[in-house]
Amino acid sequence: MLKQLTYVQVWVHDQDEALAFYTDKLGMELREDVTVPEMGNFRWLSVGLPGQEVSITLMAIPGPPVFDEDTRDQIQKLLAKGASGGLFFTTDDAQRSYEELKERGVEFTQEPMQQPYGIDAGFRDPSGNHFRMTQLPS
Amino acid sequence: MSPVPPERHLLRAKDMADAHFREPLDVPALARAAYLSPAHFSREFRRAFGETPHQYLLTRRLERAAALLRGTDYSICDICFDVGLRSVGSFTTSFRRVYHMSPAAYRAAHPARERARVPTCVLQAYARPHSSSFREDRNAA
Repeated sequence: MLKQLTYVQVWVHDQDEALAFYTDKLGMELREDVTVPEMGNFRWLSVGLPGQEVSITLMAIPGPPVFDEDTRDQIQKLLAKGASGGLFFTTDDAQRSYEELKERGVEFTQEPMQQPYGIDAGFRDPSGNHFRMTQLPS
Repeated sequence: MSPVPPERHLLRAKDMADAHFREPLDVPALARAAYLSPAHFSREFRRAFGETPHQYLLTRRLERAAALLRGTDYSICDICFDVGLRSVGSFTTSFRRVYHMSPAAYRAAHPARERARVPTCVLQAYARPHSSSFREDRNAA
């Protein structure tokens, strides 16, 4: 049977920009950054939260031979329109995290708000991916 | 660095409507967030998201009003102003057009009860009414 979730993938518009955002602004650590010349310079780029094994692969949207140009363009637009799904994080202190991340230039879609399940806030990465962070009730 | 897709700027304006609907927000303010002129912005927003920015903002306000009607005992007047609308008459008319009943009747039809703990962003996305033709659009694309 399945044992463990190890990677989740997010499409990104620009891998360098994404790497800077996820590490410098969100405080994640670089896990892997490997470019493979024989695969058309495919770049396997992953980051993760310190202390948590699961990694996030920051995947550029490929063109041919993986996707034809129309498909790549459609994914690009869906990503930019915020239609690419999202990830959910927890935090010990939503208000403090919000202030720290906002100070670093993170684009918030919602300030911390009390909800039945805790205090949560929403933000986006530069590509348009949507994330939530929730302070669970203690 | 790759050029930013224009839709990313439109998404920023859409996020602004979701986050600041309580404020006296209008289409020119949303257009500024997307770095576009109001007329061009409205056309591009509709092309990207299938409805005008005015429709989007109004349905966001109505969705939030409906949530407050279901979950609070605030007066209808207070709810109208809390979601950024400035006329109770217009609010009632728009609400009735979308939900096919008055705000008071809607509240009576949706008594408070225990609900699943679905994240707010999901609730807001799924509960926003479909935009139909609003008379307001004629003057505020």
